Amino acid sequence: MAISEATIESMTKNLALPNNILNTLREDGLKVGVSKKEMEEIIERIMESYEYACVEPCEAVGVVSAQSIGEPGTQMTMRTFHYAGVAEINVTLGLPRLIEIVDARKSPSTPMMTVALAEGYSTDRDKARAVAWEIEATHVEHLADVTTDLANMQLIIDLNGKVLAQRNMDIDDIAEKLRDGLGVSITSPDVVENQLIITPDAPSYRGLLQLAKNIHTIILKGIEGIKRVVIRKDGDEYTLYTEGSALKDVLQIEGIAATRTYTNNIVETNDVFGIEAARNSIIKEAIDTLNEQGLTVDIRHIMLVADIMTCDGEVKQIGRHGISGEKASVFARAAFEVTVNHLLDAGMRGNVDELNGVTENIIVGQPIKLGTGDVHLIAKRNGD
Amino acid sequence: MRKFSLLDHNSVPKHEIMQEDEVRSVLGNYQIEKEQLPKLKESDPVTKELGAEVGDVVKITRISQTAGESLYYRLVIE
Repeated sequence: MAISEATIESMTKNLALPNNILNTLREDGLKVGVSKKEMEEIIERIMESYEYACVEPCEAVGVVSAQSIGEPGTQMTMRTFHYAGVAEINVTLGLPRLIEIVDARKSPSTPMMTVALAEGYSTDRDKARAVAWEIEATHVEHLADVTTDLANMQLIIDLNGKVLAQRNMDIDDIAEKLRDGLGVSITSPDVVENQLIITPDAPSYRGLLQLAKNIHTIILKGIEGIKRVVIRKDGDEYTLYTEGSALKDVLQIEGIAATRTYTNNIVETNDVFGIEAARNSIIKEAIDTLNEQGLTVDIRHIMLVADIMTCDGEVKQIGRHGISGEKASVFARAAFEVTVNHLLDAGMRGNVDELNGVTENIIVGQPIKLGTGDVHLIAKRNGD
Repeated sequence: MRKFSLLDHNSVPKHEIMQEDEVRSVLGNYQIEKEQLPKLKESDPVTKELGAEVGDVVKITRISQTAGESLYYRLVIE
């Protein structure tokens, strides 16, 4: 006779199992319609398998992780810089990207954002385009031809009216942005439409050429650092993909869905969304990089790396300036990189190595505290 | 300036400030001191949003691919 949902619930309530397993157990138990005796047997078998699958106490999980990520790493393409990624935007993939992630670089070599659009914007292509123009940094070369008129010592900017209308900009805005940015006087002649003329205050040949160069650095619309925005339809929603990343600024733009905006820059994620989001980002980026190369690494190894990198509340790199460099033991640090410096510094300071870790005990040739090595037997004599 | 709650973001898991007695039971469970917990910076945007102060313990309910849901604790530090 099959048992009810409430009985299954009460039978599974106090089991020391992760939610995933519990939910599957409850659902399947109900679906198949097991009897109480069968259910007890199932639970017993599950507990047995679960215990068997658990990591043993004193197991060197870090070393297992390092090997499990390191071995597939050897099979990764050494140089896949700028491999074509999502929506015609190039992203660094393969080994260089993995190194970037564990090194916790301030900015990746190909920063990229995925900007989801808010309701009302996500299904309308024109609105999506309008949001994209708000984000993409627009420079003068996108809108106009700039001619250097040496005879009259001035710059002539011929704006493309069509492009202006498309990007929802007008000539006065541009004139003001240029005036603020360059600190020069700008006139617009009455006879020619959509033309601006820049005359330097103190006319000099060099000054004019410098001005012609500087004018291209002024951002007329959009966000600094966003080189390109690509619109792509994912399902029924339009999503923006950007080349370059500026999370803080993008979150202020009208029409984006702030809760679904993502960047591949881990340090930036930490600054804007906090350490837990950064941890999620590390896991996602690392797994995606490995999977893209056709390598399957168990996510638990990546999670361990991400936890270690974020456990002090900031994103720390795996390496000399992060995890490995902060080890308490002199020997452990010396075994990693720049051996002589560490030994010399420790010698000058008179540091003491307590020989608590694994590395230092291997160096001095003692049993290490791992597995059975970490278990001590204490004899209790009668009468003591 | 547009405002939205950071805690609503897809990649930010649920954060809660824990009560003293709850903290004590967690620490007792793991047999550790408060200082041995992972840390959360006071300057972290989520800490500011929660209004947590130095010395508070924050309970984080992570969505985990392996366990479904997992609990994590962080001590707020300077």
